[in-house]
Amino acid sequence: MDNAGGPSDTARRRINAWSMIETGAAWLLALLWLLPLLYAFWSAFHPSEYATRFELTAPLTLENFQIAWSRAPFARYYLNTFLMVTSILAAQFVLCTLAAYAFARFEFRGRDIAFALVLVQLMIMPEVLIVENYRTMSQLNMVDTIIGIGLPYMASAFGIFLLRQTFKTIPKELEDAARVEGCGPMQILWKVYVPLAKPTYIAYGLVSVSYHWNNFLWPLVITNSQTTRPLTVGLAIFGAPESGVEWPIVTAGTLLAVAPLLLAFLLFQRQFVQSFMHAGIK
Amino acid sequence: MRRSSSLRNQVYGWLLLTPAAILLIAFTHYPAVATLAKSFYSTGTVTRPSKFVGLDNYRFMLEDQVFWKVLENNIWYAAGTIPVSIAIALLMAVWVNGKLPLRGLIRMSYFTPTILPMIAVANIWLFFFTPQIGLLDQVGALFGFPSHNWLGDTDTVLACIIVITIWKEAGFFMIFYLAALQTLPPELEEAAKLEGASRWAFFRRVTFPLLMPTTLFVLINAVINSFKLVDHLFILTKGGPDNASSLLLYYIYENAFSFFDQNYASTLTVVLLLALAIIAIGQFVILDKRIHYR
Amino acid sequence: MFGRIRRYLAGVTLGLTLAFSTVQSALAVELTMYYPVAVGGPLTKIVDGLVDDFMKANPDIKVKAIYAGNYNDARIKALAALNSGQPAQLSVMFSIDIYELIEQDAIVAFDDIVETPEDKAWLDSFYPALMGNGRTGGKTWGIPFQRSTIVMYYNKDAFRDAGLDPEKAPATWDELVSMGKKLVKKSGDNVDRWAVMIPSTGYPYWMFGALAMQNDQVLMNGDGNETYFDAPATVEALQFWRDLGAKHKVMPDGTIEWGTLRKNFLEGKTAIMWHSTGNLTAVKKNAKFDFGVAMLPANKRRGTPTGGGNFYIFKKTTPEERKAAMKLIRFLTEPKRTAEWSIKTGYIGTRPDAYETEALKKYVVEFPPAAVARDQLEFATPELSTYQTGRVRKLLDDAIQATLTGAKPAKDSLGSAQSQASRLLKRYQ
Repeated sequence: MDNAGGPSDTARRRINAWSMIETGAAWLLALLWLLPLLYAFWSAFHPSEYATRFELTAPLTLENFQIAWSRAPFARYYLNTFLMVTSILAAQFVLCTLAAYAFARFEFRGRDIAFALVLVQLMIMPEVLIVENYRTMSQLNMVDTIIGIGLPYMASAFGIFLLRQTFKTIPKELEDAARVEGCGPMQILWKVYVPLAKPTYIAYGLVSVSYHWNNFLWPLVITNSQTTRPLTVGLAIFGAPESGVEWPIVTAGTLLAVAPLLLAFLLFQRQFVQSFMHAGIK
Repeated sequence: MRRSSSLRNQVYGWLLLTPAAILLIAFTHYPAVATLAKSFYSTGTVTRPSKFVGLDNYRFMLEDQVFWKVLENNIWYAAGTIPVSIAIALLMAVWVNGKLPLRGLIRMSYFTPTILPMIAVANIWLFFFTPQIGLLDQVGALFGFPSHNWLGDTDTVLACIIVITIWKEAGFFMIFYLAALQTLPPELEEAAKLEGASRWAFFRRVTFPLLMPTTLFVLINAVINSFKLVDHLFILTKGGPDNASSLLLYYIYENAFSFFDQNYASTLTVVLLLALAIIAIGQFVILDKRIHYR
Repeated sequence: MFGRIRRYLAGVTLGLTLAFSTVQSALAVELTMYYPVAVGGPLTKIVDGLVDDFMKANPDIKVKAIYAGNYNDARIKALAALNSGQPAQLSVMFSIDIYELIEQDAIVAFDDIVETPEDKAWLDSFYPALMGNGRTGGKTWGIPFQRSTIVMYYNKDAFRDAGLDPEKAPATWDELVSMGKKLVKKSGDNVDRWAVMIPSTGYPYWMFGALAMQNDQVLMNGDGNETYFDAPATVEALQFWRDLGAKHKVMPDGTIEWGTLRKNFLEGKTAIMWHSTGNLTAVKKNAKFDFGVAMLPANKRRGTPTGGGNFYIFKKTTPEERKAAMKLIRFLTEPKRTAEWSIKTGYIGTRPDAYETEALKKYVVEFPPAAVARDQLEFATPELSTYQTGRVRKLLDDAIQATLTGAKPAKDSLGSAQSQASRLLKRYQ
């Protein structure tokens, strides 16, 4: 009975050796994956002679951060990125909620075709259409504005899709109960659906913020000046002067730019991961 | 439960949809159509205005060596990044889901590339690939390998770009697999162990098929990204040497914003849209059949 | 009663002052200027400083100088701004953008703005070599501002190490090869130090302009509609570049990265590097060895392309704005300010009288490399610039990279580049 169906001693030893190798491999992969970030820390905190030399006794310095901070208006870039990301998220919450509500709970002619057309944006994202979108923006005189960066993204097919799924799972009885109390459709939306979809909002919010904090190509094309440029574009300009790459300064600048996201990630790792997972399950 | 009035439904439905619809049409549907339309005109300058040229732009494109090179690169890029990043993501998810020590740390390390902007890490990767003084060559020198011009050799540059993309994407896909793995009932695995099935056989016959919906989702993301992810080119190679690492979206950007040939860029965009459309159709038609839904 | 009169007078004075200053600021001309930064260092601060000095000396002109990124960015931003509600009146842009800007009817020729004979003389007061890229069709469209040339930086300690005279850099192509072979240091099969690195990413056509000129060959004509990529001398020049790596083995094979070249030089991985004068200050600050700067070697003659940015005034400007822009440009190109700019940034002085100022005279004595850049101007040639310049440049870049990576021989790659360029330029002829 003790051996029935269980591994024998040799098998157990084989499994243990195997699992040690696996653990080692997992750790090695993790180390490899962290390598770029580790190098960024190394290069940013050491003087430039040590950027390509890995001597453990090298002195530490904060000079690179000072130089990086003075070379580019990171504070302004932060502000721009923050405004951009917040405005996009706010607009997305409103627009996607309304649209998802329509798709989930109203029957109207052409609904399925409209939904299919919405899903097109999952495939054909604004980046792919930079040429035309840039032209549209310049006709609207919104080139080089923070709202201009966000406008193509504010109606997010992904957001509509997620929220529609969530709304559909909310039991109709709750809606009926609210209607009995005399609520109109908008009040039902506000009192019933939105609060119950909170996990989805949080998940989607984190996904959206990460995506737009790191977005590069479209902001590159649409912004011209310091007052609108987000961190990614600022970093690209900052890090590539024609005379050559100065890794200590560039990595210091990079760390300055990614620090908040990194910090937020370290502190809220669990929530981050759960959000992405949550968004993915749907 | 019946709604009180069907007309009210229609009106409400469309009204709620309108704000989002306006933006979607303005920035997705209209530009897609306009891109197609503009591809039939020549790009105008102030001194030489635009005029209808029919299929001329397309003819130019078919004769454009760089276009073919770029298309070929994109196919290699997709073929390199998609399967490998998905496989690594799956592996990572299985590891992180298991009973490894320091699991939380490992998961964090796998996921970190996802939250770093590509443009920020590109300079770091430039250091890794720099010949002689770069990290790869320094490590290689320890083992006696000669220095290699990774980014300056047309044979290796695309591979380097692929490696960077895999590094960036795998952690992101891992999350989706993690989510799916955690919804699998543990009884399945116990039952398989009781029957003496090996881990690999269990994985191949049970886990992997059950993960098919996730794989499909991840696959689509990976495919879209293989067309979209060109940020690192701006810092690392600018498409060189001799277009060996250029990708379609990057070439479109070059044409529109460096050469000021917007309408040729539109022509190239039409090709990109076509590719995305084919993939979208393919996804629905072919792969739909092969999924196991529980 | 007097109290009331006094108050009344005070009120009137206040009112008049307010009205006057409002009128003043309404009369103040506002200029927006985009400029790129192509060298490392706190250049934006220096520009801001110069602009502040200008505004102090000219309280009726307000200048907003906007840093736009690199040359490509600056052109894109400036042209985009022209089509938007907030145009710029002048900008510093690549000297070679001239044909594109003319084709877009975006700029106005300086000849159409200058009025006094003194102004006209000012147009001719710059180094002629630097005016090449700014002039076409008999008119001047661009005024030199941040200009550079290529110079040869060399590691004197490495020269000593190889038994060569550290004060004598190679003066000819042959010397480059023969001295180069002595400078290469190997340990076994591994090369610890190369003799020379000429970068072939970033701006390969620029480096190639030097080699072609050293072979007494220009790459294009002065009207922007003809290129000479497949001339025998051009092919020879590319072949020489390829041979440095493939045949003589004094240079690494394949393409050499622009961005990491300076670091390679500072780390001693190469004894000689060809790079922009814009790197002077950075190399001076960071070199831990004795280094020198020399003119590029000659084959049939010495040669270097010029590089950098010019001032352009946009067409969409009012006469007042043009006058103000001219004032700003003249201010920034005054000899003593040109000298200040050159010393702080490493760009070359754009006019002979800048080198006559006390500041630059002193600097050149203390820092001989600055003199090398100045003296090389005699042999300088305009940078590659034509209509459809972006495309044409890319054709040449691709051809150079194809040959340097061994994919295509020089004759084929350049031949293909020439035929494609001709096709593009045909309609401008």
